[in-house]
Amino acid sequence: MTNTAIHAEGLTKRFGDFTAVDAISFEVKKGEIFGFLGANGAGKTTAMRMLCGLSIPTAGKASVAGFDVYKQTEQIKRSIGYMSQKFSLYEDLTVRENIRFYAGIYGKSDAFIKEKTAFLLKELHLEAEANKLVRSLPLGWKQKLAFSVAIFHEPEIVFLDEPTGGVDPVTRREFWNMIYKAAERGITIFVTTHYMDEAEYCNRVSIMVDGRIDALDTPTQLKKTFEVRSMDEVFLKLARRAKRSGD
Amino acid sequence: MRTLRFLLQKEFRQIFRDPSIIRIIFMMPSIQLLILPWAADYEVKNIQLSVVDHDHSQYSQQMVNKITSSGYFILQDYSGSYGNAMEQIEHDKADLLLEIPAGFEKKLIKENESTLFMAINAINGVKANLGGAYLRSIIQDYNHEVRLKWVQLPRFSPEMQIEVTSSNWFNPLMNYKIFMVPGILVVLVTMVGAFLASLNIVREKEIGTIEQINVTPVKKYHFILGKLIPFWVLGLLILTIGLTIARVAYGIIPVGSLFTIYVFAAVYLLAVLGLGLLLSTYTSNQQQAMLLSFFMMMVFILLSGLYTSVDSMPGWAQAITKVNPVTYFIEVMRMVVLKGSGLNDISSHLFTVLGFAVVLNIWAVINYKKRS
Repeated sequence: MTNTAIHAEGLTKRFGDFTAVDAISFEVKKGEIFGFLGANGAGKTTAMRMLCGLSIPTAGKASVAGFDVYKQTEQIKRSIGYMSQKFSLYEDLTVRENIRFYAGIYGKSDAFIKEKTAFLLKELHLEAEANKLVRSLPLGWKQKLAFSVAIFHEPEIVFLDEPTGGVDPVTRREFWNMIYKAAERGITIFVTTHYMDEAEYCNRVSIMVDGRIDALDTPTQLKKTFEVRSMDEVFLKLARRAKRSGD
Repeated sequence: MRTLRFLLQKEFRQIFRDPSIIRIIFMMPSIQLLILPWAADYEVKNIQLSVVDHDHSQYSQQMVNKITSSGYFILQDYSGSYGNAMEQIEHDKADLLLEIPAGFEKKLIKENESTLFMAINAINGVKANLGGAYLRSIIQDYNHEVRLKWVQLPRFSPEMQIEVTSSNWFNPLMNYKIFMVPGILVVLVTMVGAFLASLNIVREKEIGTIEQINVTPVKKYHFILGKLIPFWVLGLLILTIGLTIARVAYGIIPVGSLFTIYVFAAVYLLAVLGLGLLLSTYTSNQQQAMLLSFFMMMVFILLSGLYTSVDSMPGWAQAITKVNPVTYFIEVMRMVVLKGSGLNDISSHLFTVLGFAVVLNIWAVINYKKRS
């Protein structure tokens, strides 16, 4: 087995004559926390959807967990977790029912579900809320729960699409602690964000501008290359080149 | 199978946790079946009659009495001038105007014939038609009485008369409710099958949970079955509630077997669920799905023979009723409930609807994409 979790080469997606993702190439190593940055409308979500098997690429090659994004989407789906921009747990189901449902459709056994649910609820301090509807939880808790559900079936890679949008700084910090813990267990993290302090937490970061990847390196190296002191400035320098307007 | 079990468990939990769905399941059939059949009735009653009597004779009085005592007419106005009466019609206060000319009685006795004039407010076509016909038959009846009483021998009139007697089969008392209740029941089952199901799927699209399901290894057919089975069950549940209400409230007990009704309903629900699934693949939010459902429901109801007979529709409309699954179920319901038809008698309906089910579901499945 190679050490590569995600491999993309010239990956492209066009909608009519609009090129949303323009021949991007990159590689994510196993166990890495990979930050996938870009302004609104730069093409991050589209790229991510192709990697998750939700969208068929127009051109290029890509493999996720060793499986081809054209032919082996079912295997890819089995090996990844996904947390979308939109909150995607069922608000009219309880915490426990949500966990059980998602674990169940990944084919996990009842014993596995039972044991791991107890462990998870304890870790999230949600034991008292286990039988409450998800609707009644505060947003920060919901997001933490959604992340836990996304990695519940122990995937090789987890895709997080702006997981901390609208969440307070304390909860964001806790959220990132959870991400580190998951990475320590060997789960590859592929995360998009608009918070540049979060970008600093990543092992490596790519910055998309107008559908292309304009920079890809460790945060330290990027700051050196662009001769600035923070990721914020790196991002601004690159994002200002964009011709497309955000959404 | 295990995946499907989890999907079904989730779906049933959500359905029975949603108070609006519970209301729809129990209140909708109760209200529709208990109220609609009383209002949606073809019998025309309370026809506002305006009489212009220029004669003021015993005969004209007798005739007006006979008309008002029939129970169908309300004497709105009894005036001496045509202009006054016409005003009543213009203000929509009267539906019918009957003008009795001066010398009506005299002419009838002396010349053996007399004329009356009737003006009909035809804004409401059904009321006008039936009201006119009722009035005509009452006057004819009166005419008959007068002849028997006054016209002397020969007792047998020189004019031949054909008298027709009839008997009503399958619904001897022509009880309109027995005709309407099975039809309304079909509409209910259709609404649950097609529209509740499509709204449910579109809602997942709107919230974004469908995207989450799409990145899991859940297969297309698992997801679809997970959606169809609960609403199939729900449809049969509504049918059961409806049949119970029909029995308790109207004493309607199907002449045919319940088994036949359920077999047909089971297949019929597959067809309308396919339609619901198809609607959900063409819409992206609940509002669109709602509006589309509304439009389709109107077409379904008006072009199904629920209220108006299919045979009297123009050719193109009859063609539409042929591709409207509701038509078939309404026919079957009436056949089984009123005539006692069995599976053999409805087999052609059954196979047609099965055809719909196959076509609609295949179309929907092809259109339902997990990837774009």
